[in-house]
Amino acid sequence: MYEIVDHPIDAAAVTAAVADPHTGATVVFIGTTRDHNDGRQVTCLEYEAYPEMAVAEMRKIGDTARQRWPIERMAIVHRTGVVPIGEASVVIAVSAAHRRAAFEACHFAIDRLKEVVPIWKKEHFDGGEVWIGSQTGQRF
Amino acid sequence: MVVRLRFFASLRERLHCSEGDFTLADGSNVEDLWAALCTEYPQLVELGASVSFAVNREYVNREHRLSNNDEVALIPPVSGGIDVRDC
Repeated sequence: MYEIVDHPIDAAAVTAAVADPHTGATVVFIGTTRDHNDGRQVTCLEYEAYPEMAVAEMRKIGDTARQRWPIERMAIVHRTGVVPIGEASVVIAVSAAHRRAAFEACHFAIDRLKEVVPIWKKEHFDGGEVWIGSQTGQRF
Repeated sequence: MVVRLRFFASLRERLHCSEGDFTLADGSNVEDLWAALCTEYPQLVELGASVSFAVNREYVNREHRLSNNDEVALIPPVSGGIDVRDC
């Protein structure tokens, strides 16, 4: 399951998507919007995606993770539009026979997502709004 | 040739435009496209190296040669997920 959605994410459904009788460990990462950043009081976050490419890049993350770790399944769902404080903007679930692979693959997936998946975040705060840019700059 | 351009996030707002067709010389590469865009939209110049490019939904470098009907997305620095600095 690799999806961009414009409604609240059902974390239980994402978790269920990686269920498999061969697995003994499921790791779920839920990224939720935080009420502060960089000393500012954040009122909400707004996400925009290049949906067709974002889904393709998320699928590549799953394929890469499967080559590096003995995991069974991965699911990534990212929400777009305005996400109120405290709600999930991204949910990643990974299942594996053993926990170490599931933890490491999940950690890899969220880090990689933030580097390559074409999704952008606008922070709305008291007195303004700003598109958040990556700190790493150009990659090519 | 004609390519289909797509703009997102800060670029979309800066250009007041999310997509459009753009005509350029046959044999042009991504860098040629960027130069032509900067001439037409001077507000792009300062973004320089921060913009990445995808052609037909795959990241490419600036030497990538374009073809007629390519879909070219201008990708500002991505920022999906949750944390800004510490993740």
